[in-house]
Amino acid sequence: MARTRFVGDAGLTFRMTTVMFLLGGLFVALVVALMVIFGRSSPSVAVFIGIAGLGVAWWQWYSSDTLAMKAMRAREVSAQQAPELHAMIDRLCTLADMPKPRVGVADTDLPNAFATGRSPKRAVVVVTTGILQRLDAEELEGVLAHELSHVAHRDVLVMTVASSAGIIAGMLTRGSQYGLMFGGGRGRRDNNNGVPVWLIVLVVSLVVYAVSFLLLRLLSRYRELSADRAGAQLTMKPRALASALQKITGEINRIPQRDLRAAQSMNAFFFAPAIGGVSLKTLTSTHPSLEQRLEQLARIEAELGRPTA
Amino acid sequence: MGGFWDVVTGRSKPKQAKLDALFAVPNAAMTLQAALGLLPTGDGAVCYRAAAGAGFADAQQEILDLLGESDATPRVTTSQDSFGFTWLEVDNDPVDPTAPDITGLCTDLHAVNSTLELNGYGPGLLCSLIPFTGADGRKVGLVYLYKQGTFYPFAPSGPQQRDNLLEISVRDAAAGELPIEKDLSRWLALWGAPGL
Repeated sequence: MARTRFVGDAGLTFRMTTVMFLLGGLFVALVVALMVIFGRSSPSVAVFIGIAGLGVAWWQWYSSDTLAMKAMRAREVSAQQAPELHAMIDRLCTLADMPKPRVGVADTDLPNAFATGRSPKRAVVVVTTGILQRLDAEELEGVLAHELSHVAHRDVLVMTVASSAGIIAGMLTRGSQYGLMFGGGRGRRDNNNGVPVWLIVLVVSLVVYAVSFLLLRLLSRYRELSADRAGAQLTMKPRALASALQKITGEINRIPQRDLRAAQSMNAFFFAPAIGGVSLKTLTSTHPSLEQRLEQLARIEAELGRPTA
Repeated sequence: MGGFWDVVTGRSKPKQAKLDALFAVPNAAMTLQAALGLLPTGDGAVCYRAAAGAGFADAQQEILDLLGESDATPRVTTSQDSFGFTWLEVDNDPVDPTAPDITGLCTDLHAVNSTLELNGYGPGLLCSLIPFTGADGRKVGLVYLYKQGTFYPFAPSGPQQRDNLLEISVRDAAAGELPIEKDLSRWLALWGAPGL
């Protein structure tokens, strides 16, 4: 049996599974809390909001390719329009034995790339003109391999499912604020203690939303590290991805604020986050720190280069 | 459910190369000669991604030594292409048209593959190329995709131009002997590949 140099990271897998387990538990806790709160009064409104929340999550996932392309004002490019980009992706997809995604280019100077789409067959990989100008061929290949790994790991689906508890909690918060204003006047109160049902719902959904927000960011960082690992192992050039990361993250912090705002809502699907210097960074950023990413890439390179004997 | 677990844990196992299909090539070569008058040139090449570091350098040297000391002593050279892949070319004497046998070439190519795989670099293998020429000077390469385990023909007829009709005839002639890549979008062009 041939040896393998493409080892996984058991610790990362464990941490990621734990976070996803917690997110699942959060979802169950939310449902149970709602069932208890609405145990005596009519639960129909909450059920409706819950289904609507799941519908929103489903729609975000289902149309993720077109939504993201529109949000970034990206256009799809054919093999004739961008032959080098297509040839690079062709080879990577052959190497990884995965279906080739559509390819898009966004006309922005912000150096970045993202992958989205509801399944590997309906995926799209988008690069900005800024990244095309700044990176050399090898670095660009590293970035594309990272994005293709997101596609292979179905990260859009995973993140959407993982965020469904948060989406429902967010909608419940809105709904209960509405109920607080109008429902309270009609005297709908819990029979036992006199606290309005909608106030309890508000508190519960706010807590769920906050916890889910932090867990999602944690999960996002783990998924990024996984994509780095898989991408570097695909190209067998962790060094190229490392130098791309250094170039891009270094640049992004110097980009004017105008571009940053325009791109902010897209951060979770980006290759490198477009906001620099946020407080609470370690808790709430969608991407791991540059140091963390470089450390992992260095370990992969050592493993790929280790003498056999 | 393995796929589901891989998605949940965000892992994709690197795809391992399939090596054994190469041994079907000598028979397919005879069919191609009979049906289309295409003769193997006797050369062949393996295209792979080289890793940095001592491990890979050792493995590659092992291949060069191994092929250098075989009986037929083919000339072995390596070169880099513009996509960052390495081509290892095995350069044999032209085959005898009356008895074209490329079993030795396929054994050599297999030795390259299995050495890389044994050293843990199997996932870096992209494709293998076995060039053929017709009596009229047309050239066509039989390309083997390691990850898909399938073959397809590539016939360059000029700069950035492919002879699709010849490719389709080669496909139809070889279909009985070799697993042919059904997805035409996987029939990647290999402009400037060695031997074509």
